[in-house]
Amino acid sequence: MKKMIYLDNAATTRTAPEVVEAMLPYFSEFYGNASTVYEFGGKSKEAISKAREIIAGGIGARENEIYFTAGGSESDNWALKAAAEAYKSKGKHIITSKIEHHAILHTCQWLEQNGYEVTYLDVDEFGVVKLDELKKAIRTDTILISIMFANNEIGTIEPVAEIGTIAREHGVLFHTDAVQAFGQVPINVDELNIDMLSSSGHKLNGPKGIGFLYIRKGVKIRSFLHGGAQERKRRAGTENVPGIVGFGKAVEMALATMKERTDKERQLRDYLMERVLKEIPFTRVNGDRTNRLPNNVNLCFQFVEGESLLIMLDMKGICGSSGSACTSGSLDPSHVLLAIGLPHEIAHGSLRLTLGSDTTREDLDYTVDAMKEIISQLREMSPLYEDYMKKNR
Amino acid sequence: MYSEKVMDHFKNPRNVGEIENASGVGTVGNAKCGDIMRIFLDIDDDGIIQDVKFKTFGCGAAVATSSMATELVKGKTVQEALQVTNKAVMEALDGLPPVKVHCSLLAEEAIHAALWDYAEKNGLTIEGLEKPKDDISEEEEEEDY
Repeated sequence: MKKMIYLDNAATTRTAPEVVEAMLPYFSEFYGNASTVYEFGGKSKEAISKAREIIAGGIGARENEIYFTAGGSESDNWALKAAAEAYKSKGKHIITSKIEHHAILHTCQWLEQNGYEVTYLDVDEFGVVKLDELKKAIRTDTILISIMFANNEIGTIEPVAEIGTIAREHGVLFHTDAVQAFGQVPINVDELNIDMLSSSGHKLNGPKGIGFLYIRKGVKIRSFLHGGAQERKRRAGTENVPGIVGFGKAVEMALATMKERTDKERQLRDYLMERVLKEIPFTRVNGDRTNRLPNNVNLCFQFVEGESLLIMLDMKGICGSSGSACTSGSLDPSHVLLAIGLPHEIAHGSLRLTLGSDTTREDLDYTVDAMKEIISQLREMSPLYEDYMKKNR
Repeated sequence: MYSEKVMDHFKNPRNVGEIENASGVGTVGNAKCGDIMRIFLDIDDDGIIQDVKFKTFGCGAAVATSSMATELVKGKTVQEALQVTNKAVMEALDGLPPVKVHCSLLAEEAIHAALWDYAEKNGLTIEGLEKPKDDISEEEEEEDY
């Protein structure tokens, strides 16, 4: 295989070899169904309990508050739809933000079609939810606030503690999509007044197809999948035992290495941003320079379109992502970049690079060198650049 | 996602650049949608396209369709160039993904806009050429979910 520099860890991560090793026995050795009576099935049950214990400990929750799902999207769907149903006698108003993941936004739109009202809060130029707007938006019929812990595109970390306090003061449930944040920043659901939290395994070097929803004890919530008695009758279906075991192992590792790993990523992240800003003109960093996920870099290159940039980076073995329309499958660029106030033509030229634990400074030097060459090549071809240069000659 | 031909024209675009004092220049698309194409034509006294150049801001398909469109009109008469449709551009590229079809429309439109500019500058009427629309890329259907 050609040289590859993987800088798309917010899309997914490599399943750690230790995780794979932990999972393997649960495919063909201990394959018993955890719901059975015999001892053999008990092996699976034990493994699930152990993973649940690790994960609950990781967010300061109790084990009976962790419900395994098939991933972040399912957790988000469940939290929103089930809370909406369970609390509809109190009201039908939900508050979220304009920069949520589509698993939240599209679920909210579906709820709107089904008689619920949703307020989409604005964010500031760095992508931070405006707390005064949140307070103003709360009504007597507000049943749920759902704000992400950290944004998947620009890495901005939201004021979750403040939001939790506001929600608690008003007696409104608080759900947070922590798919990008869990394993990157410390989380304690009690300290932060979080009532529900979504997470996904493959974002922290665990396997794909596994996630969890934390539901605080006492929160009324309906079953999402009906059937057997798995997950305290809330989420039916034979457990994905290898997935759960792998998720548990990945969380254990992520928590154990968090300080050291994120310190290193933060340094590399800042190094990457500084080099790019210094060496490539007409470039901006999206999101806050410091209040962001340790592994997230999001840049806009004026006069350049994101998909072209991605293809050319790929030709050099660099994997990144963009919020351009062409990569989103629609005509509009990323809703997150528009929400922080970027004009369309600038939002089309965005590039997200997300580092992993094995990213090196050499990888980033190679990437910046490649970017310099590619961006000047694309600008030479750009009519927008031509117009700008003629106007400012 | 893209055919080999598209990738070839994206990686090695033909006729990139500009023509000083071009006979006709056409710019179409808008930055809002993420695609802008500009085509420069050099047309001689016999109405033959001697040279053509382009500049494009856009995705891989936008660059490739611009490149292919310039190849298809080079050396042609104005009338022949007018017959270069988006279908012809797409066929020459061995097809485009459905979401990228609008890029080929943009290429056709860019040629037409450049020809229109040429006709206006020279007080000519080109049979079958209509005034280009300002924006042609807003016609896609919203996806339902």
